[in-house]
Amino acid sequence: MKNKHWLILALLFAAVLTLGACGTADEDDTATDDATETDEDTTEDTIDFSVAMVTDEGGVDDRSFNQSAWEGIQAFGAEHGLERGTHYNYAQSDDAADYMPNLNNLLQQDYNLIFGVGFELREAVEQVASANQDTHFSIIDEVIEADNVASVTFAEEQGSFLVGVAAALKAESDEVGFVGGISSPLIKRFEVGYVAGVKSVNPDLDVRINYAESFSDEQMGRSFANSMYGDGIDVIYHASGAVGNGVFTEARNRIENNPDQPVWVIGVDRDQYEEGQQGDHNVTLTSMVKRVDVAVQEISEMALSGEFPGGEHIILGLEDEAIAVADTNSDAYTDEIREAVEEWKQRILDGEVVVPQTDEELEDYLDSL
Amino acid sequence: MQIIDLLQSMMPMVLFYSAPLIFTAIGGVFSERSGVVNIGLEGLMVMGAFSGIVFNLSFAEMFGTLTPWLSLLVAGLVSGIFSIMHAVAAVTLRANQVVSGVAINMIALGVGVFLTREWYGSGQTNSITQPFYTRSVRFLSDIPIIGEMFFSGIYYIAYIAILFAILAWFILYKTPFGLRLRSVGEHPMAADTNGISVTKIRYVAVIISGFLAGLGGATYALTISLNFGGATISGQGFMSLAAVIFGKWHPLGAMGAAIFFGFAQSLSVVGRNFPILADVPNVYLIIAPYVLTILALAGFIGRAEAPKANGEPYIKGNR
Repeated sequence: MKNKHWLILALLFAAVLTLGACGTADEDDTATDDATETDEDTTEDTIDFSVAMVTDEGGVDDRSFNQSAWEGIQAFGAEHGLERGTHYNYAQSDDAADYMPNLNNLLQQDYNLIFGVGFELREAVEQVASANQDTHFSIIDEVIEADNVASVTFAEEQGSFLVGVAAALKAESDEVGFVGGISSPLIKRFEVGYVAGVKSVNPDLDVRINYAESFSDEQMGRSFANSMYGDGIDVIYHASGAVGNGVFTEARNRIENNPDQPVWVIGVDRDQYEEGQQGDHNVTLTSMVKRVDVAVQEISEMALSGEFPGGEHIILGLEDEAIAVADTNSDAYTDEIREAVEEWKQRILDGEVVVPQTDEELEDYLDSL
Repeated sequence: MQIIDLLQSMMPMVLFYSAPLIFTAIGGVFSERSGVVNIGLEGLMVMGAFSGIVFNLSFAEMFGTLTPWLSLLVAGLVSGIFSIMHAVAAVTLRANQVVSGVAINMIALGVGVFLTREWYGSGQTNSITQPFYTRSVRFLSDIPIIGEMFFSGIYYIAYIAILFAILAWFILYKTPFGLRLRSVGEHPMAADTNGISVTKIRYVAVIISGFLAGLGGATYALTISLNFGGATISGQGFMSLAAVIFGKWHPLGAMGAAIFFGFAQSLSVVGRNFPILADVPNVYLIIAPYVLTILALAGFIGRAEAPKANGEPYIKGNR
């Protein structure tokens, strides 16, 4: 009997501790430590402005969202001759419990502007911002109503619409696929935009929509893709973070087994061309690119020039070049598709097409087609 | 007919989901049967996934299509060596085995992520160019129904996992070594009295479990994620541990449990495309695997009895 108790206890322990371990095991605290150590030697010849960011769980080198934001800050720093550690820096979060301490830590180092990267930081930024009215904050991918917070979101539906156009033109079957991460209003915009794009080109195309309810379960993505490609679907758009790795794996595996089977993946957030390489073939049709770096730079510039858009909600889209469609895979992304995408892009820019963001808007949009 | 369709599209998924769990769970059986609790399976899988991917990235050019198999072997060896740490702490130093296992989990993840950052300058590695691919078995895949279910679009590694389970059963129940291993886990003093070195057997068992968990981790990395990052192995080790208990510390039972997990998981994915389940809200399908597991653990398997001396360090001459 004793053993049984042990095992139960052990499992609980292990679960708790490894989750905790994610937070302490790697060298992430160094970022903030660095900052404190080098705080003394402030350079005086540069402008008196400092900017920092707090990552979400993905970490600063996630090759995606956080990394892009950090690149934006670095570019901003380079442009103004700022020094890392004193004038710009990042703090890495390994789990949700790190958000508050990281924000407070940066706050104590007197950064003028602090970014919270990712919708997960909403609550933390909201709390810290309300307690520190003098510091400027900015949240990416979420909206906070406070005078010292600038909220930045992207018009993902526009980009998703355009990749939907590409998918519809590429599809040879009568159905295309969508794999979502955790269902939320954010991912909904990807889904709705995509569906609208697909239907605008070919109203007869069905879209199969699956949500993994996770941003990290690769097996789930793999299984969805397996089942979709198995049923003859040839293009899948994923908006699901690491779940999408599974989609790429499945597509590559199918190409390896049968190079003639038309399977395509549409990437998200950044150009995922590299993920799709299989021998001489590449399964990445295109990617819906979200330029977080553009957003971060823009907000920083505004804050620097004293025009910080506090309390405002800024939506960056195609016209800001913060949303783009990748055309790296020139074999798959044919001129015909490129032209069609450009054409629809122009229509969106001209306001001729207003891309829906919710299910209701989608219904109205589809009725109007 | 519909059921057969359902099964046909599910089976390949079940097998690729289960393969890593089967390897790791058999590893767990070896260790626990010898009386060493191995919470460190998760960490050993991390080590396996990490070393498998690193080897694959580094030597893909040199070994071509042989690379994934060699990566697997290297991953097993690295994890085997890594698990010695657990053996030293748990057997020789008589540390609390749970604590030591947890330490393994933390160290493995830390080392893996740290070295990835050092070597690749990023939180995750690139995608490997030589992963495992699914294959169809010649002739066998032409058999109606069964061929489609079990022999087409399957990773060979899944068959190997099942073979390993059978082999493990044979070793544990049909060889002198297996008898010794089990006796050490049930009553180490009696075994010691009969001239079996408890320490040696336990060391070997832990290293075998490290080797197998390494295979499991590498299998996951080489078939599903194709890269390594901090979140590549997230919970599979604990799933395997659950499979060990679910399978009543028996290799074939553990394999069955792992396949059951895979079955429940793929049911939740494939199920939604079938009319019977089409109206079920998404949430229920997502939680189905966990609910099924809890039900199975609570209701259907009966009493799960651990090896008697599991978790207790053996102190010579101490009654």
